[in-house]
Amino acid sequence: MRDVAVISFAQRTAVKDRERNEVEFIIPVVQEAVAASGLARHDIDFTISGSCDYLSGGPFTFVQGLDAAGAWPPIKESHVEMDAAWALYEAWVAIQTGEVDSALIYGFGKSSLTDVHQLITLQTDPYTVAPLWPSMVDLAALQASALLAEGDVTEADLAAVAARSRRDARDNPYAVVSEDVDVAALLARPVTHAPLRDADIAPVTDGSAAIVIAAADVARAQCERPAWIRGIDHRIDAPHIGVRDLTASASTQRAGEEAGALQGGFDAAELHAQFSHDEVILARALGLDAGTRINPSGGALGANPMMASGLIRIGEIFRRINAGEIGRGLAHATQGPCLQQNLVCVMEGE
Amino acid sequence: MGSVRTAVIGVGQTRHVSARHDVSIAGLVREAALEALDDAGMDFGDIDAVVVGKAPDTFEGVLMPELYLADALGAVGKPLLRVHTAGSVGGSTAIVAAKLVMSGVHKRVLTVSFEKQSESNATWGLSVQMPFSAPLVAGAGGYFAPLIRAYIARSGAPRNIGHLVAVKDRLAALRNPKAHLHLPDIDLATVEESFLLWDPLRYLDTCPSSDGAMALVIGAEDVADAAPGPAAWIHGTAMRSEPTMFAGRDQVNPQAGKDCAADVYAQAGITNPREDFDCAEVYVPFSWYEPMWLENLGFCAEGDGWKLTQAGATAPDGDIPWNPSGGVLSSNPIGASGMIRFGEAAQQVRERAGDFQVPLQTGKALGHAYGGGSQFFSMWVVGNQKPS
Repeated sequence: MRDVAVISFAQRTAVKDRERNEVEFIIPVVQEAVAASGLARHDIDFTISGSCDYLSGGPFTFVQGLDAAGAWPPIKESHVEMDAAWALYEAWVAIQTGEVDSALIYGFGKSSLTDVHQLITLQTDPYTVAPLWPSMVDLAALQASALLAEGDVTEADLAAVAARSRRDARDNPYAVVSEDVDVAALLARPVTHAPLRDADIAPVTDGSAAIVIAAADVARAQCERPAWIRGIDHRIDAPHIGVRDLTASASTQRAGEEAGALQGGFDAAELHAQFSHDEVILARALGLDAGTRINPSGGALGANPMMASGLIRIGEIFRRINAGEIGRGLAHATQGPCLQQNLVCVMEGE
Repeated sequence: MGSVRTAVIGVGQTRHVSARHDVSIAGLVREAALEALDDAGMDFGDIDAVVVGKAPDTFEGVLMPELYLADALGAVGKPLLRVHTAGSVGGSTAIVAAKLVMSGVHKRVLTVSFEKQSESNATWGLSVQMPFSAPLVAGAGGYFAPLIRAYIARSGAPRNIGHLVAVKDRLAALRNPKAHLHLPDIDLATVEESFLLWDPLRYLDTCPSSDGAMALVIGAEDVADAAPGPAAWIHGTAMRSEPTMFAGRDQVNPQAGKDCAADVYAQAGITNPREDFDCAEVYVPFSWYEPMWLENLGFCAEGDGWKLTQAGATAPDGDIPWNPSGGVLSSNPIGASGMIRFGEAAQQVRERAGDFQVPLQTGKALGHAYGGGSQFFSMWVVGNQKPS
């Protein structure tokens, strides 16, 4: 395998941005990430994005993205209808073939154009589940209930995740939700989707993110402290939540194993936990201990731009390694109802 | 080319029809997947990773349907990727799957693409007005017809060239039991008399709306050497994209298509495509795109594409058969149509094309797909010999 590193990262987030369309959301992150990479745009060999047609309500959302990414003269380019963390995975594979040495990855989505929680229902079995219209939050609440019923985790534990995330988000300029709050204060707030409270649920966020990755020679030449991808893997669980143990995440555990994450030793982990109980399940699946600071950015509970949020987790770990704050970190991305599909990326400094 | 030699060792596809009311989406993709696995002498347990491709989710009304298909495709516990690159997606998906093997990441990859158009209506699925943007067209034909008129004006092609392609590909499809359209009585007069949709395209100049799926099993060299059937070795893969619109863009003969062809030919050692290929499976959803792509892909000089079609060079018994399977004009499950081109090219070099097998001389074939506003291109070259 070739050594590959993240060498730059940029993000933008907003709540209900009515001023800018998708292209206008992508332009600044692409320009910022490319500039920070030290590479000229046309010297980046491969381009790939992650987006979702249904967020914009029409086909081919990613096609407009080319206007922002820059595609003339024609470029080597691809797209996944997945969180852009998976676009980064495909770019990593492309570099492994030896055909390309660098890649620009971007993800974007304007969740505020629709009722995104209800929209996600359309990810379920179209014949047997979707007609019942369980929302993304309804399904997550079932998962949280299963976790609490197990007996080891309490509502206060979930509130502790939410409170810590909101406090940490105060230092993140891209968080759309943040406050100085403690567990007791959160527990005093109303339960909105039993057993979840609003603070347990990631905010609906518009946003975009871009990352440049490169093979070793390019990475060393362009970046003082690249974040080396030591392992990356992704796995999927069965779609029907009735056949899964909702208190665990088999696919996260397997991806962690394949990515070399299970021996631990992480200074920080950015987990794509869209609900406070997700973090508990993910941390257990990955065997994270007290030595690992979880979601120092505030995580997805601070800002969760669908289709970019998983990529942002990788970017946040890069940012800390690049700044010399941490030496080894773990990034995680998820999509699908109740943590169905999961990606784990292990990153280190020199 | 990647470091690991890679081949197609299993091919499966459904019979393509207007509406498969007898199966769910999961049932449809599983049919193709099981046939490909059987061809490769494998079952789901042998597969390391699954790559799914399809066109916009609005075509079925299921958001990221691969999530729901994880069980049906044996992907649970494995990596599952979903590719979406507009009409070129079937080809792009095959390339993404091939790269998982070329890179050395996996040894055995199953890739499946599909469209079940009967679940929705693709023309309207394509025509939704995006927020903040101007409505452009209704469906694909409305978009491409002006480009075809520009081609005719540019090349001076006789008006009946498109109809010749429409007849040729439908007659070829009579030898393909899986093709959607079987029109034994079609002739030039039938096409000319069919109603006008978008000048110069008449009803029979256009592709059908199909339900269907295509699956490939792609393996590393050692896996392919041990496979029960012949291998279609991948000699080159390429993708290119360009923006939809800007002043001066040549939409009739796009640069991205030329660049993509030049890249894949260089990898595969193709210097004269008309002579170096035994056949080509090229994405021709509207009849006139055969002469247009003949030029774009370098099978002749610019302006001469229609002359090859007119002379019968691209017929099954011509010197360079194009779409001996009947092509997109005979079966169009949109998201799968590109992978069908790639898979039919593989079947030709595996000598598994049945009644539409072409004679092999060079042992090489081209698979091609395009999408968007003639702006996304994916291509591969497959051969019956290992790449050097």
